[in-house]
Amino acid sequence: MEPSLTPERLRSALQQMMRIRAFEEMAEQLYMRGLVHGTMHLSIGQEASAVGAVLALEPQDYILSTHRGHGHCIAKGADLGRMMAEFMGRETGYCRGRGGSMHIADVDGGNLGANGIVAGGLPIAVGVGLSMQLQSLPRVCLTFFGDGAANEGAFHEALNVAAIWRLPVVFFCENNNYAMSMAVRDAFPTELISQRAAAYNLPGVTVDGNDLHAVYAAAAEAVARARSGHGPTLIEARTYRWRGHSKSDRNLYRTQQEIAEWKERDPITRLRARLIADGVLGAAEADAMLAAVHEEIAAAVAFAEASPEPDPAALEDEVYA
Amino acid sequence: MTTLAPAEATTVARPQRELTYAEAIREALRQEMRRDPRVFLIGEDIGVYGGAFGVTGDLVHEFGKDRVRDTPIAEEVIAGLAVGAAITGMRPVAEIQFSDFVTLATEQIVNQAAKMRFMFGGKIAVPMVVRLPGGSGTGAAAQHSQSLEAWFAHIPGLKVVLPATPSDAKGLLVAAIRDPNPVMVFEHKLLYRTRGVVPEELYTEDLKAIVRRTGRDLTLVAYSVMVIRALEAAEQLAAEGIDVEVVDVRCLRPLDEATIVGSARRTGRVLVVHEAVRSGGFGGEIVARIVESEAFDFLDAPVRRLAGRETPIPYNRTLERSAVPQVEDIVAAARALVRE
Repeated sequence: MEPSLTPERLRSALQQMMRIRAFEEMAEQLYMRGLVHGTMHLSIGQEASAVGAVLALEPQDYILSTHRGHGHCIAKGADLGRMMAEFMGRETGYCRGRGGSMHIADVDGGNLGANGIVAGGLPIAVGVGLSMQLQSLPRVCLTFFGDGAANEGAFHEALNVAAIWRLPVVFFCENNNYAMSMAVRDAFPTELISQRAAAYNLPGVTVDGNDLHAVYAAAAEAVARARSGHGPTLIEARTYRWRGHSKSDRNLYRTQQEIAEWKERDPITRLRARLIADGVLGAAEADAMLAAVHEEIAAAVAFAEASPEPDPAALEDEVYA
Repeated sequence: MTTLAPAEATTVARPQRELTYAEAIREALRQEMRRDPRVFLIGEDIGVYGGAFGVTGDLVHEFGKDRVRDTPIAEEVIAGLAVGAAITGMRPVAEIQFSDFVTLATEQIVNQAAKMRFMFGGKIAVPMVVRLPGGSGTGAAAQHSQSLEAWFAHIPGLKVVLPATPSDAKGLLVAAIRDPNPVMVFEHKLLYRTRGVVPEELYTEDLKAIVRRTGRDLTLVAYSVMVIRALEAAEQLAAEGIDVEVVDVRCLRPLDEATIVGSARRTGRVLVVHEAVRSGGFGGEIVARIVESEAFDFLDAPVRRLAGRETPIPYNRTLERSAVPQVEDIVAAARALVRE
C-alpha cells in the first residue's frame, strides 16, 4: 500500500535521510574534536526507519522518540540549527541546552521528546492516545523504541492498555539487532519481535527497516488503522546501527564482517538507486541534493557555535511551570 | 483559603457542614470534573467498585467510564497515561491504590513527569495529580502501609502534598488539580473516616504550612495523620501547663520554610514528628532548615525528631502501633524537650 508516495515526497524523503546522515556524521566529528560535552547515540544506517515511519504521519500527529533520536527529530521536521545548538548545549537549542542529544524535543512540531529511559516513551504514548480519544481529536501518536525496550515491562503494560481501549497509537520498534551489546538472538525466545502483537490481539508486522518503501507502507497502514479507531499496531523494522551503542562501545560483541555486510544494505544508497531507476530523480540532482544538505549542516553548526551558552543564574527557572 | 466561585459561596448563619476526609476528596473531584471537562480519573477499581477505600464512590455514575476510568493492574502505565494525557491538554488525576504500589510507577513519575519540563527547556507542562493512600494503622502490613513521601520530596519538578484534615483534603486537591506541575497527594488511610467542616463551594488551599494551634513553649512540626496526633498531644500537655504550637507542614515540596522557622523562633523548642522512618525521613530536612536559619539563635534546646522506627511496618496490632509515633509518644517527647 503506497497511496501517496508522490515523486515529490520521495525526493523529500531521500533528502531527509541525507540530512540525518549528515547531521550525525557532523555530530561525530564535533565530538571527536572535543566540542561536545557528554555522549551521543548515532542512528547512522537506520535512516529509512525514521523517515519512512514519519512519512506516514500528518504534521499534527505526535511522535515519541528514543535515546537514538536524532533521526526521528529531523524526520518530524525539526530545524537543524536549533537541533545542533541543543547538541552543543546552547541557549538557542530546542531545550535551551538543558536536555542535550538524549532529550531533544520539538513540542510545537509534535515531537514529544527523546527519552533516556529504555521503553520510557511507551506508557506516555498510550497516555497521548487516550488524550486524543477523550478529546475526539483525529491525531495519532507513533512511538519509536528499540529491540531492547521490547523486553521491558512497560512495553507489555503499554501494548495491553492501548489494545483494550483501541487507542490511536503506533508502536514502532526499530530492531537494530543489539540492545547495547545484548544480541536480539539471545534476548528473545521468538524469531520476530512482532510476534508479541498476537498476545495483545494486535496486528504485528516485520518489515525491512532499510527499505523506505516497505517501512512507509507498513506505517501508513498502521496510521490509517489507528486514526479510524481500530487501535494500535506493532511494527518491527529490521535495521542496523553502523556505529557503536555510544562512544564507549568497542564493538566487542560483533564482527567487522557483520558490520560490513549491513553497510552493503545502506538505506540511503538503496533509495537513491531506486529513485534514479524509477525516473523520480536524476543522478546529478541527487548529488546536488546532498551538496545542499551539507551546506545546511554547515550553517547549523555555524548557528550553534555563534549561539550563547545558557546562564547558570537561570538554571532553576524551568523546573516548575 | 481562596474562594474561587463566590456565586456558590455559602451564606452566613448556615450550619457548618461536616464531611469525612474521603467524602471531601470525592467532592473535590466531582466539583472539578463538573467545572473542567479536561479533568478525568484513572486507576485500579475506581469505577463501579468505587475505589479500594471508597474514595471515588459513585463518581462513575455521574461522569461515566471514560472519565472515571478503570485500568488493568499496571501502575507504570497508569502513571504514563497521566503523563501523556497531561502534556496533550488534559488534567488527569491518577489513583495509585496503595501508595506502596508507586514503586511500580516511579520510572514515569521520577524520570518522566518530574523532568520533562526542565529537560525540554520549559517548552511543556505536565499538569497531573497522583493520589496515594498511604500510612500504617490498618493491619495491612509491610507492603501496604509505608510512608514514602520523602522519596518524592527529593525530586525537583514534583510537588508533594499531605492533607491532614477534611477541608484541606478538598482544598489542597483542588489546588493540585489546577497546578500546572505534577503533584503527589499522599492521603492517609486512617484519616479517610475522620470528619470535619468542609465548605460546600470550590476553593483552593495554598501549598503552604499553617499554624494549627498557637503556643509559647514548644512547636510540634508535623504533617498528615501526625498533625491530628500532635493536636491531641497538645491538649494533654496543656493540662500540664505546657503551651504547645502545632505547625501543619501540608506540602513538603515546595517547603514553606518561613512558617516553620517563624514558629521555631517564637517558641525556641521544636519537635518534628512524622510516621516515616527517621533515617532519610523528611524530618531531617525540616530540622536542617531550622538550624540553618535565623531561628538558630533563638533555640533553647536541640531540635528533635520523633519518627517511625527503623523497621518495615509489622502486621501484629501491638507491634504496628509501636512502630510509629502515637499520641503518648509525642506527649513524652515534648515534655522531655520542654525540660531540657
